[in-house]
Amino acid sequence: MVDTLPLESSEHVVLVRQAVRQRAVELGFSLVDQTKIITAASELGRNTITHGGGGQAMVEVINDGMRRGLRLTFEDKGPGIADIATAMRDGYSTGNGLGLGLSGSKRLANEFAITSAPGEGTRVVITRWK
Amino acid sequence: MERIPILKMGPYLLVSIQVDMHDRLAMQLQDDLTERIARTGARAVLIDISALDTVDSFMGRMLGNIAGMSRVLDAETVLVGMQPAVAITLVELGMTLPGVRTALNVEKGMELLAASLRVSDSFSG
Repeated sequence: MVDTLPLESSEHVVLVRQAVRQRAVELGFSLVDQTKIITAASELGRNTITHGGGGQAMVEVINDGMRRGLRLTFEDKGPGIADIATAMRDGYSTGNGLGLGLSGSKRLANEFAITSAPGEGTRVVITRWK
Repeated sequence: MERIPILKMGPYLLVSIQVDMHDRLAMQLQDDLTERIARTGARAVLIDISALDTVDSFMGRMLGNIAGMSRVLDAETVLVGMQPAVAITLVELGMTLPGVRTALNVEKGMELLAASLRVSDSFSG
């Protein structure tokens, strides 16, 4: 079960937040866990738009043996990131934000993976287990 | 055009955010509030976020900006009603909202603002 949502404008970020909330509630996430994964989705969705020039989000309920979780994927075909380690640092920003998007969403998820290369876009996958 | 309403009551401006705001709407609120403070000479701003179940870094920055801009315009801002799960998430995200006064609810926020208005009035005689 995968929901794929477009990310082209700031209104789309609201729709991604709502889709993530709905799945997190269905999975029985605690209120704090819901808030964390929705907030991470908001940060990464905004990155997709402001740094990636738009793209899409995928919201997926996953099973791993006994446990269930929510996996979110954010993809863009933007300029990509040359130095991922620097981009992951708290406070590092190429936009006009606070530089908490990537590092903060990593702290809000249980698993975090980023793949990116200059000219090849960026893909961020986060998972939060119930 | 969609907008967050700003209510004026005496020296106070009251804002209650009841919708999941997209970024442009948040920017609009920031612009509208500073314009209203300057136009009305309001001395105190109360922002109720009890209906918000998420506050991300953009929204947090906007709230910090509002508090800073109000202060420069001689108005005090208090942010009220943050849900506990939102507070936990914001701090984990790395945002502690320095420079933003907070209160648990609208009543306590109004008390705080009224007290700071009394203090500033007692000096102006």
